[in-house]
Amino acid sequence: MTRALALLLPLVLVLAALSLSLGPADVTLPESLRALFLGGDGPLPMVMREIRLPRVLLALMIGGTLGLAGAAMQGYLRNPLAEPGLLGVSASAALGAVLAIQTGLSAAFAMALPLSALAGAVVAVLILVVLAGPRAETLTLILAGVALSAVAGALTQLVLNLSPNPFAASEIVFWMMGSLADRSVLHVWLALPFMALGVLLLAGVGRGLDALTLGEDAAASMGIDLSRLRLRVVLGTACVVGAGTAVAGAIGFVGLVVPHLLRGSVGGRPGPLLWVSAAGGAAMLLAADIAVRVVAPDRDLKLGVLTALVGAPFFLHLVWRSRGERA
Amino acid sequence: MLRRALVLLSLLAAPGLSPAAAQEAPPMPARVVSMNLCTDQLAMLLAAPGQLVSVSKLARDPMSSAMATEAMAYPVNHGQAEEVWLMQPDLVVVGSYTAQAAAQMLERLGTPVLRVEPAYALADVPARIRTLGAAMGRQAQAEALITAFETRLAALREEVARRPSAALYYANGYTTGDQTLAGEILLAAGFENIAGARGGGQLPLEALAMAAPEALITARPYPGASRSEEVLMHPVVRRLRAAHASTANTGNDWICGTPFVLRAIEDLAAFRKDIETETE
Repeated sequence: MTRALALLLPLVLVLAALSLSLGPADVTLPESLRALFLGGDGPLPMVMREIRLPRVLLALMIGGTLGLAGAAMQGYLRNPLAEPGLLGVSASAALGAVLAIQTGLSAAFAMALPLSALAGAVVAVLILVVLAGPRAETLTLILAGVALSAVAGALTQLVLNLSPNPFAASEIVFWMMGSLADRSVLHVWLALPFMALGVLLLAGVGRGLDALTLGEDAAASMGIDLSRLRLRVVLGTACVVGAGTAVAGAIGFVGLVVPHLLRGSVGGRPGPLLWVSAAGGAAMLLAADIAVRVVAPDRDLKLGVLTALVGAPFFLHLVWRSRGERA
Repeated sequence: MLRRALVLLSLLAAPGLSPAAAQEAPPMPARVVSMNLCTDQLAMLLAAPGQLVSVSKLARDPMSSAMATEAMAYPVNHGQAEEVWLMQPDLVVVGSYTAQAAAQMLERLGTPVLRVEPAYALADVPARIRTLGAAMGRQAQAEALITAFETRLAALREEVARRPSAALYYANGYTTGDQTLAGEILLAAGFENIAGARGGGQLPLEALAMAAPEALITARPYPGASRSEEVLMHPVVRRLRAAHASTANTGNDWICGTPFVLRAIEDLAAFRKDIETETE
């Protein structure tokens, strides 16, 4: 566990620095870092503090929590296909966020945006956990996810198409694919409290998830309170996915790919995998956000496009493998 | 294909559309329907009483239309071939990029359709007025409008000692350069556009901050919130806009190549004088 983290944390730092140095304003890394920390004259400190820093912070926070949530869901449902984006949790959170914006609730009360997204995510995770049961059948889980994604996606499109604002309908892409372009410190503050709460809730589930690998009865005999464990996973996942989606749209596949890649490094134990996945998720989203700016510097290519291009083949591979297991 | 060609031929031969025919007293189309925001406004300015039967729905939207109040007097259409056909028009006016499917359908049904290109520059405004005036058989009205437009435009184009730098900034971080109607309005009002000699395109927020224009002219937000317009409330944009006591917005006068662009130039020139006296 420590070895994987020792490799991942420096990688996250390097990617964060790279992301900070990247942008249309042509400045060197030392120059931009000086402007970021020491300020100074001219527009550069404003560019660093108001535009680039929030972007890096959000990539770190959202990537990290998506990795964490993916690992927690996979651990709890004991199914490697569980992931908030694929199972419709992100799509439901996006529906909540869109409702808050379109009803004008978020304009009247800023926290309504993450709260409403959180509500959407809670409903989705609850439906999944109840439908799939404690030992999640792959088929049930995926079908429930497909249905949830379809309903949430359709309702989001309905709301945006009915909006009197001419730009709303074109924003369907943002809510389905996610982007960190032009976010400000305000968005960091909106997401931070809910993400912190979610991380706190998920931080305590490691031992329970480890015990759960031996089965529910064994876990219960080891003193694990299964209903409390479930509550923590449900609320924790909903908190982080809701907050992230509210400010950056639905970004899929991070929670699928990262735990899958890192599972070997922690001997397959779901508890330690949580933190390794958080670091891995932050690295993956930072890398994706760097890539969208390198590939198409002035086009606002959506993050979800890249994570899906990387993630979908993984997903197919996992489906293929689980098919082999059942046969 | 053959039918399309025939329709085109009949259009060319239609009185009022070719300059040669325009010289003889052309029969005036009695029922004109406009299906485009910009031709709506030109048609309202040009039409004889009772000649204009319907304008598009957008013509009544005060966010987009400089003649929203006048448009209340006309029934609206929604750009659909069926409703327009039922109005039995003698001439249908559409934009060259909008309602194309409806326009083609109406042509197949034998209704003359005039496609009017958007105005890309101030010089296009008289040309569009002339085209539509000829098609509607309102040449005298058109020439009067054009003379008034050109006289007032010449009076507005004053020599300025210094051109303050400015940027036009819209939803999704879009900007327009000198080679657009909005860009020409900005130039005519005595500003220099930081976007330079280009058309429309993305202006990254960072590039805007680094260029630090003296004046930032933003679009007014539409009703109903959107994430696309959120960038206009970004701290960086707010700080640039707050540099001066007065602010300027693009609005319904800016959208179409109509004589109302003169009002946009006037308002913007007043804004320039405000910030010049502020900095003195």
